Parts: sequence; structure tokens; C-alpha cells
Amino acid sequence: MTGFLLEAFNRVRSFFHKRPLDHDFDVEMASHLEMAVEENLRRGLSPAEARRQALVQFGGVQQALEQHRESRGLPWLDVLMQDLRFTFRTMRRDRGFAAIAVLILALGIGANIAVFSVVNTILLRPLPFRDPQQLVRIVEKNPKAGESTKTYTADATEDFQKQNRSFQSVSGYFAFTAPDNFKLIGNSQPLPVTGILVAEHFFQTLGVNPFLGRLFRPEEFVKHAAPATLLSYPFWERQLGGNRNIIGQAINLNGTPVTVVGVLPETFDFGSVFSPGARVDLFTPYIMDDFRDDGNDLALIGRLKKGVTLAQAQREADEIFPQLYFEHKHPEYGKGYTGQLTGLKEYISGKLRRSLIVLWCAVGLILLIVCVNLSNLLLARAAARSKEFAMRGALGAQRGRLVRQLLTESLVLSAAGAVLGLGLAFAVISYLAHQGSIALPLLSSVRVDGTALAWTLLIAVGAAVLFGLAPGFRMSRADLQEALKDSGHGSTQGRKHDRLRSALVIAEVALACVLLVGAGLLLRSFLRVLDVDLGFEPSHAAAISVDYNDGRSAAKRASIWQEVVRRASMIPGVEAAGMTDNLPMSRNRSWGIKAKGGDYDGGKFQAIFVYIISPGYLKAMGMRLIEGRDIGWEDLFDNRNVVIINETVARKLWPGQDPIGRIAIAGGQETRVIGVIADVRETNAEENAGWQMYLPATKQFGPEGSELVLRSKLPPATLAPTVMRMLRQINPGQPATEFKPIRNLVDHATSPRRFFVLLVGIFAGLGLLLASLGIYGVISYSVTRQTQEIGIRMALGATQSRVLFGVIGKTLRLAFVGIAVGTVVSIGVARLIASLLFGTSPTDPFTFLGMLVLLGTVALLAGYIPAHRASRIDPMLALRTN
Amino acid sequence: MRESKLDLLQGTLDLMVLQTLAAMGSLHGYGIARRIEQVSGNQVLLNQGTIYASLVRLQQRGWIAAKWGTSDNNRKAKFYSITKAGRKQLAQDAAYWRRLSGVMGRVLGMQGEGSEQ
Repeated sequence: MTGFLLEAFNRVRSFFHKRPLDHDFDVEMASHLEMAVEENLRRGLSPAEARRQALVQFGGVQQALEQHRESRGLPWLDVLMQDLRFTFRTMRRDRGFAAIAVLILALGIGANIAVFSVVNTILLRPLPFRDPQQLVRIVEKNPKAGESTKTYTADATEDFQKQNRSFQSVSGYFAFTAPDNFKLIGNSQPLPVTGILVAEHFFQTLGVNPFLGRLFRPEEFVKHAAPATLLSYPFWERQLGGNRNIIGQAINLNGTPVTVVGVLPETFDFGSVFSPGARVDLFTPYIMDDFRDDGNDLALIGRLKKGVTLAQAQREADEIFPQLYFEHKHPEYGKGYTGQLTGLKEYISGKLRRSLIVLWCAVGLILLIVCVNLSNLLLARAAARSKEFAMRGALGAQRGRLVRQLLTESLVLSAAGAVLGLGLAFAVISYLAHQGSIALPLLSSVRVDGTALAWTLLIAVGAAVLFGLAPGFRMSRADLQEALKDSGHGSTQGRKHDRLRSALVIAEVALACVLLVGAGLLLRSFLRVLDVDLGFEPSHAAAISVDYNDGRSAAKRASIWQEVVRRASMIPGVEAAGMTDNLPMSRNRSWGIKAKGGDYDGGKFQAIFVYIISPGYLKAMGMRLIEGRDIGWEDLFDNRNVVIINETVARKLWPGQDPIGRIAIAGGQETRVIGVIADVRETNAEENAGWQMYLPATKQFGPEGSELVLRSKLPPATLAPTVMRMLRQINPGQPATEFKPIRNLVDHATSPRRFFVLLVGIFAGLGLLLASLGIYGVISYSVTRQTQEIGIRMALGATQSRVLFGVIGKTLRLAFVGIAVGTVVSIGVARLIASLLFGTSPTDPFTFLGMLVLLGTVALLAGYIPAHRASRIDPMLALRTN
Repeated sequence: MRESKLDLLQGTLDLMVLQTLAAMGSLHGYGIARRIEQVSGNQVLLNQGTIYASLVRLQQRGWIAAKWGTSDNNRKAKFYSITKAGRKQLAQDAAYWRRLSGVMGRVLGMQGEGSEQ
């Protein structure tokens, strides 16, 4: 055994000492021959014969040297080095080809790595928590109206924590945090920060350990505990300069000193997991006793005990949740929750699976097209190199050796493409990771990791084999004599080449066709989404969070709101202004409503989105009042119970009747309906509107935060300083919150679709480009090969236009066969992605027609250039050159 | 017709080299080749050049050692000698060959049941 280890070691050593070893062997051989000659001389042979005999007995000096090298070194590596050297020499000679091949491969492989990294991060890689498979998200089974119906009260949460046997721990976070809900007061102007309230054991449940300091302690979750906070890593680094001494010191939040107990690790990004696209700066304890009266507000997560399956836990939850009371203090509110347990990973990325798989397939198609294209390029080269290979075959190279040489060439091209592609992917990925505006979960942790590198290796080798093997076999099988004899023009061999290349082009066009149809359908869907009547006008409106101190008096709040709105309306260029607590497509909450004396759904309370607003808000948002009146300031000051409902509510609660003046029980109060507005898409653009109501900010109906909305043709950036100055005059403590266009809310909500459309669109464009390149290559090559034939035909009287149309006709035939095949495949593919479409049928005629026109035009253009060249052939010149 | 020479079976040359060195002590490549030819009564087909591939292989496995020296007629030559590991290997391989040739002899010496007796 040691003998073989030793041999392996010696072989490697020999590989690196080729020269001295060869020299040794030369000396040894020379002395061997001389000894043999001497012995032959002694036997009485003539000097010439003695030498001849010695050489015969030795049997081939060169062969002996080869044998010696083979048994002492690494022969396969020698061959590889030879092949590589040869490949690099060939590539240098054929720079244009090499550059194009590497570039095409880089695009194909780069796109694949980038998409794989996204897919890997969102779908494949486990969440960045300890034992992530044990983590579970708990929500109500049929959430009817946004977050309020997905969350639990403090009492219900505590009861579930106590009663369950399936979980190591259950915790949660406050689900209704508005961005910039705290202001950090330092030496300069107050800074808006976003803080999430987390229940006890939240980080322990996830398995997140602090980077500095400690997590919250139990005593920090008791009412009137000394306030404490944990900082997110980016916030600590950005705002506190990464100061390690901050632990144990206090920062001023909303005028209260709060002790920093720790800093969370860089890998923990709350937003990317629980609220895609949101920035979270710090965490504070959710003190149960402070929230007992506040209804559903905890979003629950849990960590299963070892060995407990999701199904077991679900069975237990189905028993416990229906028995949980909403509030212990008010058992008359009733009981009866539901709890749907979903793996946290599944909860976060399950909805995206189909989109991502489509994306993955699209990018796989691109790689296929790239391979087909390269196969085509290599075949063209094969025609030019057939003599070279015939010559090498004639000199004794075996077919396997030739195929190996060709595969080495493919692998070198592929490797170069992969390296360049990796660079491209890296750039794209780092760009994506910093796109906070794309609401995809985990996107911030996208990176090119080890798995992605392994994937790169796999697809690079796969691609090389795919595009290198066919031309390789074809070339090595070429008939020696034919190739050597043949001058290379117009032989039958050439025609066979042509057929294979045509088939490849057809395949390429068909693949491009599938991509174009897919991209077209998704684009049409996206346009449809943008076209949706949102129920408000996102353009020319912007919002800013307003800070004020009303001393918990509704009257004082009403006068502050009135002052803010009055002064905002007076700013030049402002058409309308109003206040609200929640904007559409951002945070939401819901209460219950029913018609007084009504019997809809057995007279039960229905979950309804609730917005607390001021007069002018509806106008500022561009919401359409269909009936009745807007809220007036007197409603606020007189604490009147009035409500504006949306059409859905009107239709459901008072079908066929005029709802104005009717009484509803809303938010626990009897309220009079004063208006009806057109439905507003409150969660996103694609789902139909739910139940909505708009209430004046009164003693009974307290707002959760406050946003000032302005409608103006002026760009938000121009207005911002004036608005901020105005807010500071009213409240010097107003933090420097951002003046954000309402359009951004819609863009944020549609961003995942935009992201997918953009990528698939880019891939389709790339596919189109590659297909046109392929068509051009084949037609151009066949024109070059037929120069003579065309010359003869023109000499015999064929006109220029006849030649032109002949070539174009050939091009279009290829293209249309490809399109026909592609259309059939596309119809199948379109059905598979039907669930991703919005308002667009999978057989949308516009998309298919558009694809036909686009591909046809591109094919025409790609064919026109060589056709034009063919028609310009001078018969005399063409005939003379051979 | 002259009897044609025997082709060497894979691996047999290595064994012959080892045995030659074990018997003769230190020897250069030409000497080994000649010795094998003599002992075999010129019956094996041996390109003398192939002996060097065998020698470098055995050397890399640590079964023989090589040293530059001077031959009887004052020529620079590489002298090979068997190592301890080489002797062990030789014993193993030789035993194997004896067994194999014994078996082969018996199999080939087998007589048909109904043949002349």
C-alpha cells in the first residue's frame, strides 16, 4: 500500500521535473546503446552492423522515452497541458470567435448564477436562524381583513404559551408598527427611527444571539420596567458610529432615556424576513400589560419541540385556539380563535415559489439558447477546421483524442465565460441586495455563495459538454480522404453541416419564441396591474409623518390636526391636504362592523379595515366620494359618531338600499353613515378591495399615528422644505421624516411583479438577440459557401432582386418553422404560468401576434444583411476566385 | 519455421527485474536486460527500451534504488539495486506466480475422460 502512495507522490514530483528526468534518461540510454554496440563489436560485427543491431534490440528510442514518461509521470495531465496549450494558441489565432463565444457564454452563465443566487436565497437556503426547520408562523386560518385578523391579543398569546405542549417557545412581535414610529433625540434635529416591539423570548425563539451586550431580560417585560432597547447592526454602525461603549448607555427616544442593552448581529435582518423592504432600526420590549385592551396586535412565531411534527402541533392548536378568550377582563367579548401553523420559511417564500421557478426556467432557456448558438458557431468553425483535423487523424491521432481536444476547447471557452459571468452575476447581485424598494423577502441577504459557485461549475461544465460534444463528434468523424482532397466548397459534407445548423437555428428560434411569449404575457399582466383602478390617485400626492404632543386630549389633537391641515393647504401649489393614521398599501388594522338590526351573516360582526382621518384626506388621496359628504371639522370637535364606508360595505350591509343616514355598529359605537366612497385597493393592486371605513379622529376613535397627505402638481422634493418648516413651526420637535410620494407605496406593492417582469423581459431580449445572431450566422455562412453558385446563376441571368429574395426566403422559412414549433410549446408553457398572470389569458392573441411580428422582423433583418451581400456578388469575380 | 518469441504478460517484466536484481546485486539497465535475455534463453520478446519504464516504476514504488556509477569499461551508468521493500514484494509476487503456474500446469495437464488411456 505504501508503495503506491509513494508512487503517486513520485509521479507528481516527476511531473514537475520533466527536463532533468528526460536528461537523465538520455544519458542512461546513450550508455546503454554504447554498451550494446561494444558487445556486438566483441562478437565480431562490423561497426555499422553493431550499431544497427543495438538499436534493433533497444526497439525505438522515442517509444522508450514515451513509455518512461508515462510510467513515471501523470500522462493524462500531460495530455491536458498539451490540449490547453494548443487551445490557447488556436484562440489567439481566432480572437474574434473567442471573444464572441466568451461574451455570449458570460451573459448566459452570469444570468444563471444571478438567478440561482436569488432562488437559492429565497427558496432553497434555510433561514439564517438556529434549526430553522423548527420555526413556525401562527396566523388565523381565514384572515379576512389584513393584519388585525392575522394577529392575537396579549391574553390569547399568554394562554396559548401556557397551554401548548408542542412548542419550546412561542413569541411574537407587534404587527402594527409604522415606519419612523420613534424619534431619536440627540444633539441636532430629532431623527426618525423605526422600532419594533417584540414579546419576551422573541430572539431566543428565533435563535439569534446578540453581537454585543445581551438580549432582553424577563424583568424588562414587566409594566413600568426601566426602558431598554436592542439595536440593529446597520443602525448601530450608521447612527452610533459602531461605538462599542454604547452598551449600558442611554439614548433618547421620544424624550425618554432608553438603555441600550445590546446590538444584534449583522446577519439578523428583521425586515427582510418579516416585512420585505422595510428598514428596522431597533427593538423594544412588548410589555403585555400595556396592550391588554388593544385587541389583536401580536404576530406569533413559535419553535417546535424536538421530534414534534407540524401536523401534531397543528392538531393541538386546533384544540387550543377555539377555546382562547379575546380578553380576560371582558369575557363577554367571547372566545374562539383559529391557528394555522406554517413553517416560517414556507410562510415567507411559499407564495413566490412559482414565480421563482418560472424565472429559473427562463434563465435555463437562455443558457440552452447560448449553447445552441455556440454549437452553431463551433460547427461553422468545424467546417473551416475539418482539414486540420483530417491531417491530425492522418498523422495517427485517435478519434477519442480529437474529441478530447475539442472538449478541452469547449471547456476553456466555458470556463472563461463562467469567470466573466461570475463577475457579471456578482455585480447584479450586489445591486439587488441593496434594492430596499423591491419587496422580496430575504433579498438583502442575496449573495454569491459556495452553493452558487458549485452551481456555476456545474452549468459551465454542462454547457461545455452540451455545445462541444455535437460539433466534436461531427468533426472527428469526418472522412479523412474527403476532407484532405476537398477544397472545402460545395461538398456533400458541407450540405450535411448545413442541415444540422439549420436545425439548431430552428431550435434557437423556438426557444426564443417561448421566452418572448412568457415575457409578453407577464408584461401584459403587469400593465394590467398598473391600469387597475386603485380607488385613489397615487400621482401628485405625497405623505409625511407628523409628530405632535396632544397630551392625550382628543380636543387638543383635533385642533393640532386642524392647524396642520389649514397651514398645509395654504402652501402655494398645494391643492388639497388631509390627515390619516394609515395609508393604503402600507400598514393596516381592522375592527368589527355590523348594520344595526341587520342580519348579514347572522348579524355577526365583520372584520373591516379602519382608517381614522381628518377632513380633506379623501380629496388629497384622490379617493372618490360617490354619495353623501366628507367628514367635517365639527365632527372631530363635537366627537360625532359618523362613518364613511366603501361600496363593498354598502352593498353587503344594505343591499339595494341607500346607506346614507343608516346606523352601523362600528368600533363598538353606534355610528351614522354619512358617505360612501369607491373601493380602495388597501393591501395591493391585485387583490379586490375588502371592507373599509373612514372615521373622524374623535375621543372614541383614536388614530394610530398620523400622516399628512398633500396633493400638489409640484414635485415632493420641492415641497418638502416648506412643509418641514411649517411642521417645525407647529412642533419644534418634529423629526426629519421623509416626504414620500404616494406613488412609492404602489410601486412597492407592485415591485415583486415588476422585478419578475423586468428579469424575464431582459432574458427574452437576450434570447431574441442570440436567436438573431444564430440566424445571421447560418445564412451568412451559407451565402459565403454558395458564392460561386450564386455567381453562376447571376451570370446565367438571375437578377439581383431574385438572389436577394431567394436568401431572404430561406431565412424566413427557417424562422417560421422555429416560430411554429415555438408557438406550440409556448401554448403549453403559458398554461403552466397561468396562475402568475393578471387579467391576461394564457392564449392572449396580442402577445402571440406581437411575438410573431417581433421574431419575424428580427429574422428578416438578420437575413437581410447576408442577402444584400449575396445580391451584390460580382459574377466575374466569384467565378474567377476558384 | 522458427518458433516466435513469447510476449510478456503485464507485470511479469517487473517481477523479472526484481528477481534479477535480487540475484545479481547492483546492475545497470543494459546488464539487467541482457541477463533476462540470457536466462530466458532468448525466448522472451523484449525491447530493451521497455526495461526503463519498468525500472522507473519500481524505483518510484521504492522497491529498487538507483545510483550513478561507472561501468567495468569506465562508462557512466545508472546502477540499480533491490531495496528491503523490494525483497518483500518479490517474495510476495514470486509466491503468487508459483501458485498460478502450478494451477495453470495442472489445468493444462488435465486429460479428457474418454481420451486415449
